[in-house]
Amino acid sequence: MADKLFYFLAFVTVLSALMVVFSKNPVHSVLYLILTFFSISGQYVILNAQFLAVVNIIVYAGAIMVLFLFVIMFLNMRTAAEDARKRNALIQLAGVISSGLLLTIVISALVRVDMAAHIAPAKALNTQVGMVENLGIELFTNFLVPFELASVLFIAAMVGAVLLAKREEGERNAF
Amino acid sequence: MELQSNIPEYLRAIPQAYYLYLSATLFTIGVLGVLVRRNALIIFMCIELMLNAVNLLLASFAAYRNDAAGQVFVFFIMAVAAAEVAVGLAIIVMIHRNTRSVDVGLLKNLKW
Repeated sequence: MADKLFYFLAFVTVLSALMVVFSKNPVHSVLYLILTFFSISGQYVILNAQFLAVVNIIVYAGAIMVLFLFVIMFLNMRTAAEDARKRNALIQLAGVISSGLLLTIVISALVRVDMAAHIAPAKALNTQVGMVENLGIELFTNFLVPFELASVLFIAAMVGAVLLAKREEGERNAF
Repeated sequence: MELQSNIPEYLRAIPQAYYLYLSATLFTIGVLGVLVRRNALIIFMCIELMLNAVNLLLASFAAYRNDAAGQVFVFFIMAVAAAEVAVGLAIIVMIHRNTRSVDVGLLKNLKW
């Protein structure tokens, strides 16, 4: 049962990820990316990471993708035709070939590796490992310093975003 | 395989290698998008795709080792991605305001 679900979700993930890259319209790309995030959330549920599945939907599909859609509508892009006109077939071919080579190299390296020999043995089975309680305990004991640093990062990002988006004097007024 | 003994019953039907292959494929699709597309927003989305491939990999290792640390790492990556998206989209809006386009081909002043 779980393996069939995995195959289905993997198929949806890869297909919608490809559609993100090859859609002409940026809005379609965003919607396919949301589909990708939902299927990855399904994988998290299979992987016993229930909290991550929920956070993935709330943060990625909810907040980040809404931000993307907002910017796309804000910028009112009519670049779909423009983008197709400027495409260079040679550069595209080079991109496809080099990423295909990357995939070949990574997969062939992964096929050869003997995981059991290189990874420390698994800990005792705990079915509650992905629940909020367990993750919270981990986050506020072993990972307290990175957690606090993340708040500093957020303040820096907030200040940076506001500063960047502010209109400056002498800037070319394009709108 | 020793790794397989401590994991939930249903997960034994899926070798962990499959998750490695899936993450590698997703990551490569992200790289492909960054190389092929010229729209800055699409490139940004492809970076999100790569981040998610890494998240999936970390979550799979966390699941197959029963270790919550991997999931906490994913949590941090999500936090950093959210901050990165806010700053990056602000930069894209600023670029669009100055050049009236989000085509990365136009931004070659820092080329050399």
